[in-house]
Amino acid sequence: MKRAALVPSAFAFARATRRLAGPVRRLGAVAAAGTLSSLSLAADIPLNERRSSYEAMSAATKAMQDDDSANPATLWVLDGEALWRASAGAAGRACADCHGEASQSMRGVAARYPAYDAKRQTPVDLEGRINICRVEQQQAAALRLESKELLALTAYLARQSRGLPIESNDSRLAPSIEAGRQLFQRRQGQLNLACAHCHDDHWGEKLAGNAVPQGHPTGYPLYRLEWQGVGSLQRRLRNCMIGMRAESYAFGSPEFIALETYLMWRARGMPMESPAVRP
Amino acid sequence: MGEKRRHRAGQVSSGTRREVLQFAGSVALGGVLPSLAVRPAAATPATMQSAIAAVIGDAKLNAGRVKLEIPPLVENGNTVACAVVVESPMSASDYVKAIHVFNEKNPQPNVISVKLGPRAGRAAIATRIRLSDTQTVTAIAEMSDGSFWSHAVDVVITLGACLEDPL
Amino acid sequence: MARALIKVSPNPRRGEVIEIKTLISHEMETGFRHSTTGAAIPRDIITTFVATYNGEEIFSAQLFPAIAANPFITFYTIAKESGTLEFRWTGDNGYAASEQVKIAVE
Repeated sequence: MKRAALVPSAFAFARATRRLAGPVRRLGAVAAAGTLSSLSLAADIPLNERRSSYEAMSAATKAMQDDDSANPATLWVLDGEALWRASAGAAGRACADCHGEASQSMRGVAARYPAYDAKRQTPVDLEGRINICRVEQQQAAALRLESKELLALTAYLARQSRGLPIESNDSRLAPSIEAGRQLFQRRQGQLNLACAHCHDDHWGEKLAGNAVPQGHPTGYPLYRLEWQGVGSLQRRLRNCMIGMRAESYAFGSPEFIALETYLMWRARGMPMESPAVRP
Repeated sequence: MGEKRRHRAGQVSSGTRREVLQFAGSVALGGVLPSLAVRPAAATPATMQSAIAAVIGDAKLNAGRVKLEIPPLVENGNTVACAVVVESPMSASDYVKAIHVFNEKNPQPNVISVKLGPRAGRAAIATRIRLSDTQTVTAIAEMSDGSFWSHAVDVVITLGACLEDPL
Repeated sequence: MARALIKVSPNPRRGEVIEIKTLISHEMETGFRHSTTGAAIPRDIITTFVATYNGEEIFSAQLFPAIAANPFITFYTIAKESGTLEFRWTGDNGYAASEQVKIAVE
């Protein structure tokens, strides 16, 4: 993508939409034909064709993820470890006081979240579970969603599941998975596109110079070069929705939890990479 | 910044700069949140040349001995792996004194300046840099004998297809 | 929550050229960004990084806003003797951070 000369705004607008028009126009044409207006199970990516977006990254970015001493997310993991051991709240308890060494007690946990909470009769994601513990067990204030502290704790916990396969086999999650699937296949925003249009039907193709990923949550929370920081899956989903010119759901909303549950089911069996690095 | 421009209704963009004029309504997001807003004029090749001149004076810039290792195509200009390796025995009498990296289109031409000595053993550094646009990056090594050597690489910057609003 | 991460071989052979990888948490605010109201966000970066080996400087770098957030710097030194590698980062607004690593040279 070589740099062009400066152009007046109106012309730039037309040029830019023409440039975007390629893939979007293709998608629009497909969508307009109505063939994708109702998406069925047949649109799912076959299990053995699923790929992590790690594979499409450049060698330099892969190297950043593969080397813990070069992965900026490691800084968050270290902070998370410190928080795990620090006493908090009116109860003056640290996570470690009840859960011991995270490398043992938390192994495999992030790989099977969101998990069904029988008491609340609803799925809860990892951030939600951490905050439930903070409020109920530590008598501490919940951590703000997307705050550095909460990201540090989730990065530390997710790190304990690295290499383990994502698990989604709790039948109680079925309604949430179905709700998430509906959201994934629902047209939305000014572009009137569903997530599935890009991520089920056109993964691997290029959108404005970058390969469209299948969109599996194998590496969250992750260090995104665009953010120059660590962020959660919900932040990435918000990013997508704004990019599609749709109104994003709120952090912690039932819609986001349903989407997380569906995406983890969709990625079942794929190994966790957290904390990953992505462009 | 490449050629991608984002178009939410009501926003315009122009030229090579990442200009995003927010909706009046989006000010409601929070008055002092940073955004990808108007950037000042970028450095130019001329600015880079004067930054280089500030380091080398009127000494000659030789080609060779220096290798700037930077990917020719990067996924995101916010974080670009950049390494410089210089051929040198790194002995007490013949070593690399300094390595400088310059860019031509960021708001500022300098990237990093590093001081080395014989104790380094190897004249090599690696870091991660920001590049605002497709441009040429130049590495210059200053030797103990006062000579300067350089290597320049053209880098193409791509961006993600979708931007987000600030949190 | 500033935190630094250093990776260096803890037991190098005498005379071996060893790689030192450093990573520190810092946003490296460039000073070229603006808020939604147009106000400039002031620069806030790490400007200097210095490494010493038993008190003797072995490496120093001057950093500019073009260095990516969470600065990552890799360099080399000769494992001369056992002792302490000390790393110091300083920057805008009185920022200062340091980290130490001991190495045992055979």
